[in-house]
Amino acid sequence: MNLLLSAFIIFVGGSFLSLGLVKYPRVLRVVGPGSVVIGSVLGIQPVLSSLILGTCDFLQMPWQIPMGSMSIGIDPLSAIFAIAILFVSPLAAVFGAGYLKSFEDTHDLGKSWFFFNLLVASMLLVVLARNALLFLIAWEVMSLASFFLVVFEHERDSVRRAGWIYFIATHIGTAFLLVMFLLLGRHAGSLEFSTFFNCGLSSHLVSVVFVFAVIGFGTKAGFMPFHVWLPEAHPAAPSHVSALMSGVMIKTGIYGLLRTLTFLGCPPAWWGWTIIIIGVVSGICGVLFALAQHDIKRLLAYHSVENIGIIALGLGVGLLGVSHGNAVVAFLGFAGGLLHVVNHAVFKSLLFLGAGSVLHSAGTREIDHLGGLIKKMPLTATAFLIGSAAICGLPPLNGFVSEFFIYVGAFEGMSRDGLSSGAAIGGILAITALALIGGLAVACFTKAFGIVFLGEPRSKHCEHAHESCMSMRIPMVLLSLACVAMGLWGFFAFGVMSNVTSVLTSGLTFDPATCGLITPYQDVLLSVTLFALALIVVIGSLIFLRSWLMSGRIQQSAVTWDCGYLAPNSRMQYTASSFAQPITKFFRTFLQTKRYVSPPEGFFPKTASFSSETDDFYGEQVYKPTFNALESWLSRFRQIQHGQLNLYIMYIIIALVVLFVWKLR
Amino acid sequence: MMDVAHYMGVPLGLCMAPLLLGIINRTKAFFAGRNGSPLFQAYYDIWKLLRKDAVYSRTTTWIFRSAPVVGLGSVMIAMILVPVAGSSLFAFTGDLIFFAYCLGLMRFATVIAALDTGSSFEGMGASREVHFSTLAEPALLLGLAALAKLSGSFSLTGMFGGLSGSDWLASGPAIALIAFAVFVVFLAENARIPVDDPNTHLELTMIHEVMILDYSGPDLGIVLYAAALKLWVLGALIVNILICAADLSGFSGLIVFAGGMFILAVLVGIVESIMARLSLLKVPQLLVGAGAMSVLALILVMRFTS
Repeated sequence: MNLLLSAFIIFVGGSFLSLGLVKYPRVLRVVGPGSVVIGSVLGIQPVLSSLILGTCDFLQMPWQIPMGSMSIGIDPLSAIFAIAILFVSPLAAVFGAGYLKSFEDTHDLGKSWFFFNLLVASMLLVVLARNALLFLIAWEVMSLASFFLVVFEHERDSVRRAGWIYFIATHIGTAFLLVMFLLLGRHAGSLEFSTFFNCGLSSHLVSVVFVFAVIGFGTKAGFMPFHVWLPEAHPAAPSHVSALMSGVMIKTGIYGLLRTLTFLGCPPAWWGWTIIIIGVVSGICGVLFALAQHDIKRLLAYHSVENIGIIALGLGVGLLGVSHGNAVVAFLGFAGGLLHVVNHAVFKSLLFLGAGSVLHSAGTREIDHLGGLIKKMPLTATAFLIGSAAICGLPPLNGFVSEFFIYVGAFEGMSRDGLSSGAAIGGILAITALALIGGLAVACFTKAFGIVFLGEPRSKHCEHAHESCMSMRIPMVLLSLACVAMGLWGFFAFGVMSNVTSVLTSGLTFDPATCGLITPYQDVLLSVTLFALALIVVIGSLIFLRSWLMSGRIQQSAVTWDCGYLAPNSRMQYTASSFAQPITKFFRTFLQTKRYVSPPEGFFPKTASFSSETDDFYGEQVYKPTFNALESWLSRFRQIQHGQLNLYIMYIIIALVVLFVWKLR
Repeated sequence: MMDVAHYMGVPLGLCMAPLLLGIINRTKAFFAGRNGSPLFQAYYDIWKLLRKDAVYSRTTTWIFRSAPVVGLGSVMIAMILVPVAGSSLFAFTGDLIFFAYCLGLMRFATVIAALDTGSSFEGMGASREVHFSTLAEPALLLGLAALAKLSGSFSLTGMFGGLSGSDWLASGPAIALIAFAVFVVFLAENARIPVDDPNTHLELTMIHEVMILDYSGPDLGIVLYAAALKLWVLGALIVNILICAADLSGFSGLIVFAGGMFILAVLVGIVESIMARLSLLKVPQLLVGAGAMSVLALILVMRFTS
């Protein structure tokens, strides 16, 4: 616990130190990311030991605020999120040191590092807090710090707009959380988390708490339909910030939801249903919208929605398992969802860093303007390829292991009971959704990788492209290695995950980790590990065999076979839009892609153009009308807003008097 | 005697897979009234290609060169998991997921290799491949899930090894639906008629053949061999459903299985001879139809066997 506290203090110290070092950019370049790295290295040991040994630690300090004390603690559930924070943050920070160099003359980097350190510190505090008020304070600091990081390039209109959307979304979410914690606190008589469990809420109120938690935490996590801020904020933010936000910060929403569930006792089946349906919708729609995007970072942002959907599928299967009293299903669902949290943190931050590296060197996020970058940026390309394969859930990389857990959990749920049982249908839904998401993800990432890095350059943007500097390359290499290593650790993940799931089921009548039913799955995961290894060995030896076969052969070079056409050029290549067109057309009911066509006309056509745009369905059809209506209604109150200070003071006095009278009544 | 089938499955597949192509072509030749190419033509082709020099496009990179071996490696691993006459070399709970995702890895490699050439032709094929496989994947996994529910086991060996004649009596319609859905997926994934026509190079309707247009020499040989293996492993799923492995044992199972594979190849040849290729816009309907059959099978299985 002391190490974690000192890590926290280093983050906070680093943030204020960066603020003071604005005048010395060279020092700032070291101190800003340095404090994140040192803090994370310090903090990782207690987190790992809690995760592996399953130990819990708790620290309580008195403070001036009523209803509780300043309590923090760590248990395996906190630890699995903390490990993602402490692994990804330093790598994003090191990447940021290189990425921000070109902004040194134009932007205030002191503030940027101040908020970055603050964001890391507040995320750590969110997962450690054991008091509702402390949690909410950390939550709010986290939201504000990330808001200021998003609007880093605030001179651009689109960035300010994106920041504004994020700001509003996150605060609407927080409003629900505030009410939820007040409800819990009122019945428990204290704001300590330890008093919340079974605090005597009626079953209706428990459901209200659950729904508020889903909305409040789901807004941060990016559950559809509360996801609208993600595709706006992630492209606007600097890439290392998007990596941190998408890889780690949105997971605090999942953490909050799970922590709340531990207060609420045994879940009724409809909770599991809700989460599964949210997972299906987020997963499938997320990947579909991703497929229709032209902006690489927007594409990745929608993929975060998809992966949150996969996590929700796992958790939903787990909840159904708990409510049906099936320990195996509960364990596999929860374990798969939580493992996917860590896996997604690794490969999504890798992909965002790769996209940042491309943006840094080519200067555009438009996929259709890029191409052939693998020749100029071989390391970025390889890292992005590994990330792409991992996010598609392909063996032998890490995405496969967590999806495997969820698949097997869903099957177990399906096979235990007949059609009359809800768990069976939940399992079928999860399997269908995962299969569809898997296929669409392959489509999406072959597009992203293939169009950006392969083929011939599609515009002048790529001419000056170059490999990024060392501090941007090292994090990508480490994250790629983590993708491979975690693909092989399924066997070890078993023990860790049983520690984590036993926290989730601690208040219930059964504990999957100890009841012995799940032990056969240890061998299953060993087989997965062995087969992943076998896959690597077989492919490796085939590569060796091929190079032996090819030695001494004549290898000629020629142009790509163009069917006899004499003047091929790079604009004739397939683009991202054309690659995705069959699928976007097939799912046009959901996507509602707008097409702007001016076709060639006449015998000697001169200009013609085509462009397409896929707006967010919920953003356009749900939120925009709602907020417009709200605005026009609220604008009636403009009349009382005159801009005269003495009038405002009068309002305050009137309000105070009314409150006073109401209290005395 | 069970051991024979147990250990012979993988070598059998590795050796016999290209023969399926020969049988399909001979069947088609028979329907067209031709003599046709020799049964072992695919072996000659692969052997010839492996000894040739190679030409590479200047646009391509190491992605293009390594994709064939990645594909071959993943389909080989898939072959270890696929049961022959109801028993595979290794089996574990959930191995069918590993099997499906190995084929996914192969597809991923083929598609990015096609995009690596920068040819709009190959981009077109890649685009169609990912589109159709997106729809084929749920059909395959749901069909297998129905089978898993029927047998109560989530490994390929458990699913197929326990299937017997009495299961056909008890839930024949469901099994038939599953077999048909997997057959459609098998045709689509292996680029056969009615989804794709392996004989027409350089047509705007091509899918698989156009993705590998720029390969030559040993790489093309590896691609051909990997495609034959894929035909074998997906075909093996169908044959395993149909032969009721629980009623067979050891050597006889192996023979029945191999015979089943050859009959399946003849069936593919017949389909290719009597059907035209579907219009590209109709293919998704076919695949969604296969998915619907899987779901129907699943419902039947859950309703009547719980």
